[in-house]
Amino acid sequence: MATNEVVLALLRNGPAHGYDLKRDHDAWFPDSRPLAFGQVYATLGRLERGGLVEVVETRVEGGPERTVYALSECGEQQLSAWLAEPAGPAASSADEIVRKTVAALRTGVDPGELLARQRAAHLRRMRELTTHEAERDPAARLARDHLVAHLDADLRWLEVAVERVAAGHSHDHSHAALEEAMR
Amino acid sequence: MSHQPVLRVNAVDHAYRRTVALRGVSLTVGPGEVVAVTGPSGCGKSTLLHAAAGIIRPQAGEVRLLDQDLAALDEVERTKLRRRRVGMVLQFGQLVPDLSANENVALPLLLDGHERAAARTAAAEWLDRAGLDADHDTLPAELSGGQAQRVAVARALVTGPAVIFADEPTGSLDTIGGEQLLELLLGAARDRGAAVVLVTHDNVVAAHADREVRMRDGRVEAEAVLR
Repeated sequence: MATNEVVLALLRNGPAHGYDLKRDHDAWFPDSRPLAFGQVYATLGRLERGGLVEVVETRVEGGPERTVYALSECGEQQLSAWLAEPAGPAASSADEIVRKTVAALRTGVDPGELLARQRAAHLRRMRELTTHEAERDPAARLARDHLVAHLDADLRWLEVAVERVAAGHSHDHSHAALEEAMR
Repeated sequence: MSHQPVLRVNAVDHAYRRTVALRGVSLTVGPGEVVAVTGPSGCGKSTLLHAAAGIIRPQAGEVRLLDQDLAALDEVERTKLRRRRVGMVLQFGQLVPDLSANENVALPLLLDGHERAAARTAAAEWLDRAGLDADHDTLPAELSGGQAQRVAVARALVTGPAVIFADEPTGSLDTIGGEQLLELLLGAARDRGAAVVLVTHDNVVAAHADREVRMRDGRVEAEAVLR
């Protein structure tokens, strides 16, 4: 799971402390396992040591001291690279694809190009699995069928994602046009 | 082998009454290349195939098929070009119901003036290659969906085409039947150096192509080299 990059994406929307990050993460991915507080602080420590986030403030608001973190320039670069790079197409890659796409949408990045690159990466992997010499051993063939079926499921999700993003754009445009007309 | 493209579609527009199907679509296919045209229902992929094969005349733009400007050919010339140098495979085979498997496959050769015996022999060879050696005299209604599609592929290949257009060729088949049909179609095309333009909504079929052209709302949305 790409927790480091997801935390960087959460910070792209503005400086935040650990509690905010945990709350926003769980709102972004309501069907995933909630992020544990321990994991948030361990991740922030790791990112700070790597120069990807920086402490901008320490607040005491009637409770425990809270450290506010912001994305550094280096962190912004790492996040942009992660959002542009398709996930390795494997049976277990679905979670990262969803995370990249949601993170892009939540931080105002159009995921269209990422989705197209991801589709190509998946099709290339599927091609490797389906077009080399026909596998005659049924057990080996079944294992490959399983991989292909998972890639196909990801590809179908990518198709739906493209449609939903396009529908979102068209909704935004018609909303903007309506507001313009009402002025 | 010539390296000239076998198909060049340039800025083609087409509409059915008020429904716009193609908006400035361009596509180039090289000799021996396998290109999958994909996209959601109604995105224009079948219309593009029909325009490329000269079955419909697009309202704007240019289609050059095997170095011929299709707009400059009349209906008879276009039919002759298709019959001699183009193979077509459609979703449900579109076999002639009153003709046997062998007669269906021999038909394009007979229409082109070949000797009956030679046409029947060539058809028999392609049916054998398609694994239908026991069904030469069977009528289409007595064939399974997979067998009928194999006859359609044999009919598309019998003239030795330079380009094959296939519209959802595995759409009516189960997974294993679809795999076998693709092996037959793409294997024979590869052996002959024929290009294939394959319209499909099936990702596994698309993954067999050298290149994917993804369409959406009558436009080419993305292209990806898969090889």
